[in-house]
Parts: sequence; C-alpha cells; structure tokens
Amino acid sequence: MRLGLTIDLDTCVGCNACAVACKQWNASGTTGPLTDLRAYGRDPGGVWFNRIRNFEVGDYPDNKTVHFPMSCLHCEDAHCVSVCPTGATWKRPEDGVVLVDQDKCMGCNYCAWACPYGARELDPASGTMKKCTLCIDRIYDENLPEEERQPACVLTCPTKARLFGDFDDPESEVSRITRQRNAEADNGALLPDLGYTPTNRYLAPREGVKVKAYGGGD
Amino acid sequence: MNPARALPDFEDHRRQQTRHTTCYMCACRCGIKVTLEDGRVRFIQGNPRHPVNRGVLCAKGNAGIMKQNSPAKLRAPLLRKKNAERGAAEFEEVSWETALDLLTERLARIRNEDPKKLAFYTGRDQMQAFTGLWAEQFGTLNWAAHGGFCSVNMAAAGLYTMGYSFWEFGEPDWERTKYFMLWGVAEDHSSNPIKLGLEKIKRRGARFVAINPVRTGYQAIADEWVPIIPGSDGMLALSMVHVLLSRQLVDRDFLRRYTNAPHLVADTPGGGGDGLLLRDAGGNALVWNAKTNAAAAAPGTEVDAAALSGAFTVDGRRARPVFDLISERYLAEEYAPARAEKICGVAAATIERLALEMAEVAFNQSIEVHTPWTDAAGRRHRSFTGRPVSMHAMRGISAHTNGFQTCRALHLLQSLLGALDCPGGFRAKAPYPRPVPPPGKPGCRARPGRPLDGPPLGFPMRPEDLAVDADGKPLRLDKAYSWEAPLASHGMMHMAITNAVNGDPYPVDTLLLFMANMSWNSAMNTGRVREMLVEKDAGGEYKIPFVAVVDAFHSEMVNFADLVLPDTTYLERHDAISLLDRPISEPDAVCDSIRAPVLAPGRDVRPWQEVMLELAVRLKLPEFVDAGGGAKFRDYRDFITRYEKSPGIGFLAGWRGEDGAQHLRGAPNPKQWERYLEHECFFRHPLPAHMRFYRFANRDYLAFAEDAGFTTDRAPIAIQLYSEVLQTFRLAGRGLYPGPQPNNAADRARLAKYFDPLPFYYAPLDQARDSGGGGEGGEDFLFHAITQRPMMHYHSWDGQNPWLRQILAQNHLYMNRRRAEQLGIGDLSWVWLESRNGKIRVQIKHMEGVQPDTVWTWNAIGKQAGTGGLSADANEAVDGFLLNHLISELLPGDGAGRAYSNSDPVTGQAAWYDLRVRIRAAAPGEHGVWPRFPAAGKLPGMAGGGAGDVHYQTHAAVNIKRPWRDLLTRGHK
Repeated sequence: MRLGLTIDLDTCVGCNACAVACKQWNASGTTGPLTDLRAYGRDPGGVWFNRIRNFEVGDYPDNKTVHFPMSCLHCEDAHCVSVCPTGATWKRPEDGVVLVDQDKCMGCNYCAWACPYGARELDPASGTMKKCTLCIDRIYDENLPEEERQPACVLTCPTKARLFGDFDDPESEVSRITRQRNAEADNGALLPDLGYTPTNRYLAPREGVKVKAYGGGD
Repeated sequence: MNPARALPDFEDHRRQQTRHTTCYMCACRCGIKVTLEDGRVRFIQGNPRHPVNRGVLCAKGNAGIMKQNSPAKLRAPLLRKKNAERGAAEFEEVSWETALDLLTERLARIRNEDPKKLAFYTGRDQMQAFTGLWAEQFGTLNWAAHGGFCSVNMAAAGLYTMGYSFWEFGEPDWERTKYFMLWGVAEDHSSNPIKLGLEKIKRRGARFVAINPVRTGYQAIADEWVPIIPGSDGMLALSMVHVLLSRQLVDRDFLRRYTNAPHLVADTPGGGGDGLLLRDAGGNALVWNAKTNAAAAAPGTEVDAAALSGAFTVDGRRARPVFDLISERYLAEEYAPARAEKICGVAAATIERLALEMAEVAFNQSIEVHTPWTDAAGRRHRSFTGRPVSMHAMRGISAHTNGFQTCRALHLLQSLLGALDCPGGFRAKAPYPRPVPPPGKPGCRARPGRPLDGPPLGFPMRPEDLAVDADGKPLRLDKAYSWEAPLASHGMMHMAITNAVNGDPYPVDTLLLFMANMSWNSAMNTGRVREMLVEKDAGGEYKIPFVAVVDAFHSEMVNFADLVLPDTTYLERHDAISLLDRPISEPDAVCDSIRAPVLAPGRDVRPWQEVMLELAVRLKLPEFVDAGGGAKFRDYRDFITRYEKSPGIGFLAGWRGEDGAQHLRGAPNPKQWERYLEHECFFRHPLPAHMRFYRFANRDYLAFAEDAGFTTDRAPIAIQLYSEVLQTFRLAGRGLYPGPQPNNAADRARLAKYFDPLPFYYAPLDQARDSGGGGEGGEDFLFHAITQRPMMHYHSWDGQNPWLRQILAQNHLYMNRRRAEQLGIGDLSWVWLESRNGKIRVQIKHMEGVQPDTVWTWNAIGKQAGTGGLSADANEAVDGFLLNHLISELLPGDGAGRAYSNSDPVTGQAAWYDLRVRIRAAAPGEHGVWPRFPAAGKLPGMAGGGAGDVHYQTHAAVNIKRPWRDLLTRGHK
C-alpha cells in the first residue's frame, strides 16, 4: 500500500479548515501535544502539520489567487529518512507512511533541512520533530465508524479538495482522479525534479469554464 | 502484510463519549459531534447527516476546543466597583442573587414608568424569537439584533420583492445550476454551505463568475473574476437588464405567471393614486387582456393574453403594465453598458458578454425536472422547467447606502431570466417564500406596565405602520421605522448608543446588551462611541445611566458595563434554532435543530436564556407567568417545549403531539427534547418532489405552508418587480398620500428619491459628497475602503483563540501593487489612512487581486489589549487595526441640528462599505497602529492568557515506535 492524499487546488478556497482540524486531532494524537507558543502573546506560533500558503500568479487584472495546503508528502524516496542520524524517522513498509519515533528523535533538525516541502516542525517543548502521520491513529482505528477512518483534514474539508487513499491501487479514487486531472508525466507531483517521488499529489487549477454568449458562435 | 499490525491502541475509547449539538463558532449553525474524554473535549467534527454542513466543518468550528479553554471566559457576575469610573473595568464579583435583584429592581421601575427606557440589543443572537418576545412582553420597542448592521438590505429587498432572500431564506440550486454568479461575498455568509456548493458546481463543470473588488477566498476559484468598484453593483446589474431587454431575452411566461410585470400601474402624475396598481373591487390587481381589449383581474386571465407593454385607459385613468415601465427605464442610455463601464470600472463588452452568457444558459440550456405539479391557478404541469442560472450575494451588496435598491436590481435580473425557485436557479428555503412582505407590522406603542402592542420588529406596508408619533418624531431609540428608515426590518442597533447619548430622540435609562461588542468592532466611529459610553451630563451622571452586558467572554464591551452577567459557552447550553426565527432549512426540506450542553460550565455562570426566563418571572411578564404569578415554565427546555405561538405551532417543529407522532404542527410533546437528542439534535422534514420548486405559485406547497403555519393563507405570492409599498411611501414624500406624511422637506425628498418602486442605481451617499458628485471638497478621498471577514475568524470572537490567531493575528491594509507603486507607497510600510471622520495608522500590504481604486482589510482582527486574554503587546493590539474609526455613524448635519444616520435610507442598514479614504505615507519612525487603547485590566479571578505556552491534549500520546528490526534491516531507507 502507498497511502497518501490528493489535494485539489481547483477547489481549495484557503479556508484553513484542514489545518485546524489537523491541529485539533493531533493535539491529542500520537505525537501530541502540538505546543502553542506565546498562545495569547506577541507573535504566537506553534507546531502545525499542515499549513496553507497563499500565492498570487500574474499581474492585475490577469491575476489568479492560489491557496496551497502543504503537509508531509510521504515521499517514496524520503531524504528526511536517509539523513536521520538516530533512525527515528522511518517510512513504514506496510503503507508508506513516514513517521517520527518520538522516543528516538533528538530534535537535530536534519530532516527539516532535508525536506524541500517544509513539512517538519520542531516542537521546542518536547525537543522532537513532529509531522503529518496521515492520522495513522484514525485510519486504522477499528473503534471509529468505518467512514470516519480518514485523516481529519480530509473529513473536514468543506470543498472536498482533499482525498485520501492508496496510490498502489490503480482503481482507488486518488489514483483515478490524479490520472484524469494531470496529463503530465510527473502526474501532479510537487517539485518532481528533486527526485523524492512524493506520494501526495496535487491537482492543478483548471482552465476556467466558459459559456458562449447568446447568439454567439461556439 | 496487515498494515495495522503491531500498532498500539492510541485512544482509550472506554473513557470517551460522543455527543451531538450545534456549532456556534459563527452564524452557520452546523451540526457537530463532540468527543469527550474525561470531561474534556477530545475532538469536534462535522455531523455527516446534518443538513447544514454534511459532515464538514470550517476552521472556526475545528477550533472550538480553544474557545472552550479561553482564559477570557467570564467566571461570575461582576459589578462595577463603587467609585470606579465606567470603562476602567474595575469590578467586584457578586452573587447571582445580588445581580438579579439589582437588575430586577431597575427593570421593574422602568417597566412601570416607561418601558421604552430599556434598550435591549442582542448582537449575534440566534434566538431572536425568544429575545424579541421577551422585549415585547417587557413592553419596550427598543429591541433588535444585529441585522441592521449586517444584512437587512438583503433580507428586506428579498422579502419586499419575492418573499424570500439571499443568505438565510434561499440558496442556489447547487445540484443543478449551470451558471453561478457570486456578488459581493466578502468571504462572509454563509460559510460551509457555500463551500460545499462551490465544490459541487466546480465538479460538475458549471461556470462560476465572481463580482468582487477583491480576489481572495471564494473568488480565487472563480472561472472569471470581475473586479468592480465598490457600491456600483446596482449599476452593473441594471446594465445587464438593459442588455437583456434590448435583445428581448426575457422569460415572458415567467414574468406573466409569477411576477407583477403585467399588472397595470396608474399613470396619473400629480394625482393621489399615481403609480399604484389598478385593482378591482375585490382587491385583485388588474391586467390588460389583449385578446378582449379590456382590463381584467389578473387571476383568471389567460397567461398569454396579459399585455406587457402599451398604455391603456381604464375607467378614465391612464395605466401601463409594470413591464412597460421596466422597459422604458432600463432601455434608457442611463443603463447602457458604456455608461455602466464608467461607474463600475467593468468594460462595456464584459457587461454585455456576461448578460448574454446568462441568457444563453437560461434560454438555450434550460432543464426539466420531470415531476408533475399544479400551479396556484389549478393548471397542471408535466415538469418543472429550470433556468439554471443562480446567484448569491451578501455583504458587498448589503453594506452600502444603496444596498436595498441594488439587491432589488439583482432580483429583477433573476426574474427576467426566470431563474427564481426553479431547477438550477435561486431556491427558497422553508418557511419561505412568505407573502410580500411577510405579515405583521412592528409593535410601537409602549405603555407603562404592559406589553408592547406587537413584536418590536415587523414589515411596514404604508406610512401608518411606522413607529413615529403624531409629529413624525421617531418612537424608537434607533429611529428604525421612522421617516429616516421606514423599512428598517432588523432595527438599527448601530445607532442605539449615539442616539441615547445625544438624547435624540430621547435618553434611555438602561442599555442591556447580549453578545454585542458595541464598544469595538460592532460600532461605527468606535473611538467616539467609547467616549460616549462614559459621557456624563452636567450633573455628573452618565448619559446612559446603566449599562448591563451579557457575554461569555471578556470582550471590549464588558469593560464598559456597570453589571456583567456571564453567559455559558456554546458547548455548555441549550438553544433552539427555530423556524420561527432564523431557519436552517434547505430547499428540499424543512429543518430545525437544537443545541444541547455537552460540558458543565464549572464556573458561576448561567445561560442567558435561563436568566431571561427568571427575570421574566420576577417582572411578571404575562407570557411567562401563570394566573397566580408563578413561573409558567420550569426552565428553558420546558419553555421551548410548551410555548405555543399559535395553537400547535411552537419553537421546534419536529416530533410534536403528545406522543411525538406529528411534525410541524401539533400539541406540545413533553418528550420533544429527548426526540431531538435521539436524532442528533436536528429535525429534517423532506418535501415531496412536487413541492420543491415554484413555491410562490405551487398550489400544493402553498397549502402545505399554510397548514404548517408558515403563512396565513394559501394565495400565490406574486414577485413584486414593481413595489407598491415603495410607491406608497414615495407618494407620502411627494405630498400625495392621504395619510401620514413627513413634516419636513428633507424627509420628503428622501422618500421621493429613494423609494422608487423600480430598482435604480444611485451613488452611495458618502461618495455623493465627492466633488465629482457635486458635494463638498471630497476630491481627495479617492479610495474606497472595505473589509472582508476572514474564513478563520468570526468577527472579534476569535482573537482569543490561540489556533486561529496563529493563522491571522494582524490585519494589513491591502492595496493594488501597481497603484501603490505609482503613489510611492511601499510594501509593509506604515501609512496614515484618512477619511472625513478621522485618521488611523495602518500597515500596507501590496497585492494584485484588488481593484485599483479599492483598499481593504480583514474585519475585527484588531483588538484592545487585555481583552480575550491577550497580552498588552499582542499583535492584534499593537499592529492590528479597526477600520471602524474612520466610519461615521452619522452623515453631515443640516446645520439645524439634524443628521441622518450613515445608513441605507430605505432600510437603515449600516453603510460600512461606503467609506472613502485617502492614504499618505507615515513619517519615518512612525509605525505601529494608531489609535491605540490602554490595555484592559484583568477581571477578578481571571488568570489571563499572558505570554505563556499551551500544551493541550486529553491523554498522553501513544508513540509509534520504529521496530528495531526495521531499523536494523532497512537502515536509512
């Protein structure tokens, strides 16, 4: 199995629901708490597994706004794993989920430097690196209703811009939609030139839907 | 390999319980499932079966844990210390008994002397049916919630046009629409339903066009973004009307059947009935039957026989069909795209193209839903025809002084396309549509010791319905329903403090505020309002003698209270989200819901609902006490269960009747609350397929609506493209009305101009003061300044939320990059932003996605230090700002002491978005926000959040160990 997400930039409105749902679940999750620094003070900060970047493309009036959620992409060739001096970071052979064993991590930050996606964060309170676990403590929990065994970000997304599934299964929803929506060879991989072969895939904003004017030609 | 093999048990589910309730992190009222663990919140998720959110939840809803954990939660009733000045926030904790004795004594005296001396305003109140009833029973007409500064233009324009409206009373047919046009939605209402809908239309490949000066949020994923100049949307819509009319691309059948387009209007200038509809003796509107060449009652006339154009003489009076007037007005050059281009900043070719695209979809791509139905005239139809063009509009339309007529213009455009309550169009949600306007004029006779003569809010039809005295003076403190704002259906909360302090129309004794931050983001002219709240008269008494504030958190308003009554959080209380109030129905189903407590407060706080009931009994308000003067209801739940507005109609529609077997109408069910709890706290009653469209003229639906108590009869609801109500007021302005009329020229002129029975465009009032508009030297104020509500904050509520403030803790003033560069205003530089009302210092951020004549910021991110548990140097207090300081709540006076409010002249809607500003660079060394307010002191017993860290979790983490075998055999792979 190769578990991961597809993230549809065509429907993401940048509402941050996924980011906060992640924060909420994982606060009491397998690497919780996710420390909030200066929670009521100046320059509040903290540990997040998922952050939404906002970009503008093009100059006014031909500009487009893109909201870009970023979390661990669970790479096939994950350099965060290979640089880890203690072996704390590992990629599960069963499903490809990249995790950090909190008992082995010494918080050296090498993995953060190795990750080109900015997907790892040091929790200064625990002195360990924390990151997206694909909600491994939800997706295999048989005490949850089956339809809820999904990452928190996927369950909550109001524009259904996030899908979870097995990329090894060509008939899974994530495989199918990724094929349909990305014609290019890299198939929606982020920064493919770096060669990390990320599992998570992005679906690009589509060309705008057009309608002809009444009485006009096609 | 079993991937779950060897995973530890992460959660001890035996220690967890799940409960359903309703979110209150904003106004959407999504269904939530809350997982508790050892009495703390483990997780809040959307309820997948809930009609509002279908399992999804926004950023705010997901941050409920941090709201529940806020250090700014109020703990106990607070009384301003003796000798402490109001506003200094020096309080002592008192018992509820003391607090309620004090308040009861005061309110009892007011009620017996002059009940209108209580001004009770209720902010973002989701139980207005109860708070309004309480005010009515108390006897004050000075009650309203926040609609007057939020969306009354949308509600009133819709309800006075077609009996339903944008936002709460209708929604686009997301499942079927092929063309969606979003007007002026500043990332605001509604939250999850819009996002769910946008996903549906994007997935189906429907076209999505966004009209908005700013491209963020929803506009980001639009197929086309149309950057419009703020306040000009009415011109854009009416120019599209011009295009459609000039090509004769209108749905004549729809107009004839469902609107008043064929109705005959008296064309007798200078005469008393000028502009009113011709009617027969039975009150039926007349049309001109082109086949018989005679006037005839509209009901009973063959649809295609009714003339839409021409001029006719009926009983010696000249008359023209409404549609003839429509054609004449909008075909004029005034509304040609070339002229609109100059006003809207949108190219004429674009205006024409967008109108023709909608016509293409409406008329060449229409759809059929093959369900037989019967219209109100008894005609059978084999299917519902759909014009799959839909719209939604909100704050950008609403918050202007021309918002009412602009929203009417949108409804006219929808009507010409035949795209109302049809498949693929803009659909109504029960209990709407209701008659135009809904029945019930506002109660306005306040009498000592007695209830008001009706609910304080309603829908005037004619000047006799206004809340004015014999001299035309406003009866209400906020001047709603006066000549100044005759159709102020939500009241004018934004004027309450200013008017009370000015004693205009009169002073009050007690201001009672429930969850309303009137000393901060909910006030216009905030700095001045804060001064007014502590202003004293010559005798040293506060001009507002007593201020009582009900809130759950330490907001900016709490600091100005004499008495603070602490409320519970949304996870700690009962609520009824009622069809009598603000419905959560969907187009296909009648819905309501409850809130049920999932946590015990653990503080000395009480739900305001329970406190209102107790006060009602103490004050012996008739609806709440039995014959012996004792409490009629045991508690809030009992009140919700047993109160009947009319026989069989109560707050909750589900599981009525003594055995719970009846829905919508039925005797009170003592176990009703339990039924809601069993059904995840909501009730959903699907409508049969033949009642789902054209409900304004759907015979079976209209009968159903009457039976359910939504309407008082089953007559069809004609869409009023031409508003006789507006014309009636205009006649009063022209001196031609045989009843009350204003006694001064200014009021008369406003009625004559703004109460046009057909929608029209006029420049927002503040803008009309520009030199270009013939006003006083305003040529410098070249920029429009507006706000948007970020999707992860609900106004000022979330400054106290550590998760949400990590996403946004400082607002900038966003400005078009190229325009800023031309003016030499650097990215992230500090500037002075000036309006006619004052100046503030703010930090600039360049962006591409903003119309060049517009600047904007996020609403209500700026906070007063110390509130919400924030430290004195919090970003919200030191760098964040409120635009409110620049917005005057009053327009310039007439020199004789009279000034109108800065509000829509029809509805009294606060004109937040009319603001015009100029920008100049701050001097070197000038940085940080200005004005800044001193940090609010800590309240008794309140620890305050301070600068510390938070490490929330409900159980110790269960680490997933990397197996040694894996480490040894796979190494660093």
